[in-house]
Amino acid sequence: MTPFTRLTSLAVPLLRDNVDTDAIIPSREMKSVAKTGLAEGLFAGWRYTAIGGREPDPAFVLNDPALAGAQILIGGRNFGCGSSREHAVWALAEYGFRVVVATSFNPIFRGNCVRNGVVPVELDGAPIIAVAGPITVDLPSQTVTGGGRTWSFAIEDEAKTMLLEGLDPIALTLKSSEDIARFIAQDRAMRDWAYLAGTPA
Amino acid sequence: MTAPRTIFEKLWDAHRVRDLAGDTGLLLVDRILLHERTGGIALKSLAASDRKVANPAQVFVTMDHIVDTLPGRTDDTLMPSGKQFITETRAAAKAAGLTLFDLGDPRQGIVHVVSPENGIVLPGLTLVCPDSHTCSQGALGALAWGIGSSEAEHALATSTLRVRRPRTMRVMVDGALPAGVGAKDLALHIIARLGSAGAQGFIVEFDGPAIRALGVEARLTLCNMAAELSAFTAIISADDVVFDYLRGRPYAPKDAAWDRAVAHWRTLPSDPGALYDAELTIDAVEVAPMVTWGTSPQQSVPISRRVPAVAAPTDTPEAQSRALAYMDLDENAALAGLAIDAAFIGSCTNGRLSDLRDAAAILAGRQVAPGVTAICVPGSTQVKQAAEAEGLDAVFRTAGFEWREAGCSMCFFAGGESFGTKARVISSTNRNFESRQGPETRTHLASPAVVAASAVAGRITAPADL
Repeated sequence: MTPFTRLTSLAVPLLRDNVDTDAIIPSREMKSVAKTGLAEGLFAGWRYTAIGGREPDPAFVLNDPALAGAQILIGGRNFGCGSSREHAVWALAEYGFRVVVATSFNPIFRGNCVRNGVVPVELDGAPIIAVAGPITVDLPSQTVTGGGRTWSFAIEDEAKTMLLEGLDPIALTLKSSEDIARFIAQDRAMRDWAYLAGTPA
Repeated sequence: MTAPRTIFEKLWDAHRVRDLAGDTGLLLVDRILLHERTGGIALKSLAASDRKVANPAQVFVTMDHIVDTLPGRTDDTLMPSGKQFITETRAAAKAAGLTLFDLGDPRQGIVHVVSPENGIVLPGLTLVCPDSHTCSQGALGALAWGIGSSEAEHALATSTLRVRRPRTMRVMVDGALPAGVGAKDLALHIIARLGSAGAQGFIVEFDGPAIRALGVEARLTLCNMAAELSAFTAIISADDVVFDYLRGRPYAPKDAAWDRAVAHWRTLPSDPGALYDAELTIDAVEVAPMVTWGTSPQQSVPISRRVPAVAAPTDTPEAQSRALAYMDLDENAALAGLAIDAAFIGSCTNGRLSDLRDAAAILAGRQVAPGVTAICVPGSTQVKQAAEAEGLDAVFRTAGFEWREAGCSMCFFAGGESFGTKARVISSTNRNFESRQGPETRTHLASPAVVAASAVAGRITAPADL
């Protein structure tokens, strides 16, 4: 996972509430058992003029040439609701987004962001969108700055460390393998009924 | 004396291997469920990292999302490239030594249907699945929640997850639901009240007399819809209704282990005086048959009412206008009497035997209105077989419904089957998002009884008005 410290970029405003993961990556655009090949399907239902087509709809903000190359997306409330499909975050990341700013996030989507190096910034996007030109997202100081203003955001220590250091959480947890084995041995003595036949001793 | 604890706190404490930074804990995971849509990639990615499944015995894999539901189905699918999801997931599951409910296996079906019916989910367990509707399974008193594929990979590799502790919300449902009103109506009522982000990050515990009166299948329906509140998950503490349901199921404990399990399960309900971060009380008497009018599950009203003239406090005027334009409805439009093109009964929300019985009770001796496409997809092969054993398939077929093989089917559009552009569909599923069931389809969510009544009338209709 690519570590994230600070990013200055233009931001794409998509200030709708309840942007669901079906909208971010429609199921029909998930064509293979892979984490790649998804950027083209990002927001496909809104981005193209016809379902399944590839002709850009100029009315959709992602097709605004002035915002080409933007790495920050700004959404509304409950961003990423609906299906747990991590493909939504893979599509956003592959397209080039490193930060999603939203008033609030669906918890599964938010977790998926953190595990893929995409920073979920919980802030009301409306005043940030008013800034002309690029904004800066600084993770160590947990701030967004732009147009002479600064907004602070909250993020839990676990997610912040993962993002800053680009950690692989599985590798991190596997370091606690002995703790886990000891816990399981104790738990199994108390909750034997919870363990299915074939569970390693 | 220890402070009173909620069921969530008891389960968190019992599964906490260690505390991590801040409000995050490393939790033991008791069961992992996978399906071909999001589970195959987790297994593939795990193998690519040269890692192994820590405990294959705790993992179950089923085929539900991509498989066709037409009779005589094979690995080939109407969804372009769908076959790859099936064959790769099968190969990865077999290579890892996992229990697989494959096509043709009588245990195959939608993950949140087959898990309870096989006794895989049990009270007091932690259970995860890369599927947002995993919250359904909290209905049996388990801490069960939806995750992404990367987290599934983590759970597979370590039998644990790094979990941010949710806040707790209790929803007390007092009184009794009126006749003809069910768990789906209650769920839509609660979502309309709280909004689609109304329980964001919370674990919602449902309790109260109206909840205790629900069977296990109805509880699964209610908890299922907590995904549409953006909740971390939902839970209902287990009681004798759940114990009676689970006894003798294939993966439930047996004999003395069963007795020890039940003794443990009886200690799990929230203690009197336990504190919650938020509380809500619902009067069940106020719940009526519901239907959604918009493109978010929060946009719903009792069928007898009209589209609200003013956006709800949880909504915005922009979102309401956009939804109405998409749905081709006006403010103040009546829902009852709105002509439909299609009716769908199925899904992890309402694809269980009791759901099919509710619908069949309305369809018996009646006919689907001319021009309405009507499809019933049982939630699992076991549900299908049980329904056939009591003749429900004949009721559906005679009425004019298609009777399908088990799977998620047309709950969502994956590039294969759809109801047609701009089709108006009354559906017992969980999401009415734009294009969810096909290009520009207009989905109205409702209970199986309302779907059946509407199919017969050819218009959105409450069962009592048929």
